[in-house]
Amino acid sequence: MALPIMAVLVFFLVLPIVMIVTVSFWQATEFSIIPAFDLENYEFLFGSNVTYRVFFNTFKYAFITWVFTLGIGFTVAYFLAFHIRSLTWQIVLFLLCTIPFWTSNIIRMISWIPFLGRNGIANSTLISWGVIDEPLDWLLFSDFAVILAFVHLYTLFMVVPIFNTMMRIDKSLIEAARDAGASGAQILWNVIIPLTKPGIMIGTIFVVTLVMGDFITVRFMSGSQSANVGRLISNDIALLAYPSASATAVVLLLTVLIVIGIMLRFVDIRKEL
Amino acid sequence: MSAKHKELELVSVTKRYGATVAVDAINHKFQPGGYACLLGPSGCGKSSTLRMIAGHENVSEGSILLGGTDISDLPPAKRGTAMMFQNYALFPHLTVAENVAFSLKMRGIDKPERLNKAGEMLELVDLSALGDRLPDQLSGGQQQRVALARALITRPQVLLLDEPLSALDPFLRIRMRGELRKLQRELGISFIHVTHGQDEALALADEIVVMNNAVIEQAGTARDVYNAPTTAFVAQFIGGHNVIALPQGRFAIRTDAVGISQSDQSNLQGSILAIEYQGAHVSVLARVAGDQDISALVPESTFFNDPINPGDQVGLIWDDANLHKLTA
Repeated sequence: MALPIMAVLVFFLVLPIVMIVTVSFWQATEFSIIPAFDLENYEFLFGSNVTYRVFFNTFKYAFITWVFTLGIGFTVAYFLAFHIRSLTWQIVLFLLCTIPFWTSNIIRMISWIPFLGRNGIANSTLISWGVIDEPLDWLLFSDFAVILAFVHLYTLFMVVPIFNTMMRIDKSLIEAARDAGASGAQILWNVIIPLTKPGIMIGTIFVVTLVMGDFITVRFMSGSQSANVGRLISNDIALLAYPSASATAVVLLLTVLIVIGIMLRFVDIRKEL
Repeated sequence: MSAKHKELELVSVTKRYGATVAVDAINHKFQPGGYACLLGPSGCGKSSTLRMIAGHENVSEGSILLGGTDISDLPPAKRGTAMMFQNYALFPHLTVAENVAFSLKMRGIDKPERLNKAGEMLELVDLSALGDRLPDQLSGGQQQRVALARALITRPQVLLLDEPLSALDPFLRIRMRGELRKLQRELGISFIHVTHGQDEALALADEIVVMNNAVIEQAGTARDVYNAPTTAFVAQFIGGHNVIALPQGRFAIRTDAVGISQSDQSNLQGSILAIEYQGAHVSVLARVAGDQDISALVPESTFFNDPINPGDQVGLIWDDANLHKLTA
């Protein structure tokens, strides 16, 4: 069994990464790519102010999206796992959560545009209710829109692992806590959250890596007004500047690995795997 | 003494789940400061009863009184009861000492003080050395002691134990039941212990409450229940009894009160179906007229003085004083 898996991993994971790392040291001009071992791409990357701003922006999206997906995801999972008593209803409601995933994420993203646009449903509703006099500009093609789309796209990735961990919590632990005089909030804080940590961590890894690697959501929802690292790479590729794109990709990959490495130091997820 | 021993009383306590009645209007006064066993087959309502006393199930009708106060509507921690769960329900993310100190933490007692108290409780159950371990690093017996210490730290007047020995292997079970009994004597509080094992109940209990089909079949001291079962169910469930239909009615008789005789002077004639050597005793199963099977527990030496074989016709003898008339 191990050999085919190794082969697949080498061919589809190790080889491409080796290739990217190799190409990141190559040289490029406007019309040619020259194999070489040159640190030029990295020097340019680390020497540019734009890189730091874009990385900061990427972290900002990842962090804010994480906060919201965690808040919503934990609440939904908690409701499903502890407030719905029958297994049938748990399954039904859980499947209901996955329905948005039956359409492609690009379509789900784009469908926000008529809703949030200047003359979109949100603005016209707010105007008709008299909440605002003029259409809100920041609803679409803004950081707000980008984060809204991210939260919408990725909350389920938080719900699933958290729900899964919560379902494994022995219900008698909750009774034991209540027997010891714990209030609902104390049970949540002292029993449920600590025992749900591995699920939270797995969801966090999903959301953080997905958001940090994304470029299309940022491009569509910000109307090309904001950038993250993914867009930096995609712009380079559009200009056929593969060595530069590779160098950025390598730095992004290392950044994400460091972030995950730090997170794993805090929570042991082995029990969940 | 009497101030400490508050009497627990069930007053027509009923539990319904939809249309099913799990516990049907039971009344019982538990001996204060005693060791009581709720005994019965699974689904008889014993666990529901215990969980209602603990406050983990609502009482559909009736009241639970502790020392004269109605505790039916109080939250579990305010009742003066503490529960030890069947699978122990230890918090896997907390150390042994923190598990024991959990209820003190919930009351907002600061860390040094509560760990100090937890240390005292762990000493009581002989686990002082393991306070820093996590529950899954302990054996089943050790986990059980942690669960005990955690339940006792709240200084309950009644300790409720839900099948506490069922997760242990037979050897450990016998040792732990000795320790439970000892602990109950030392603490002098009431223990209510749910079990489906009659040997466990007989070994432990001052008072046995036998339940079946949501009602109490019989309650009394272990000896009373064993020596004088009042219903066929109790006689069969408690073991060691024959239930015989005689012209005068149905009776229970202990298997060791039935003797074998080769002469014609006997209460009933029967043929031997099976013989089982059990060490100190030999169990003889005989079939009498009317297709009733009766077993006799004969002391080993008596049996081998005059051995018999399956198929032999023998007489079964007993003293009529040992017959107990059954009401149901």
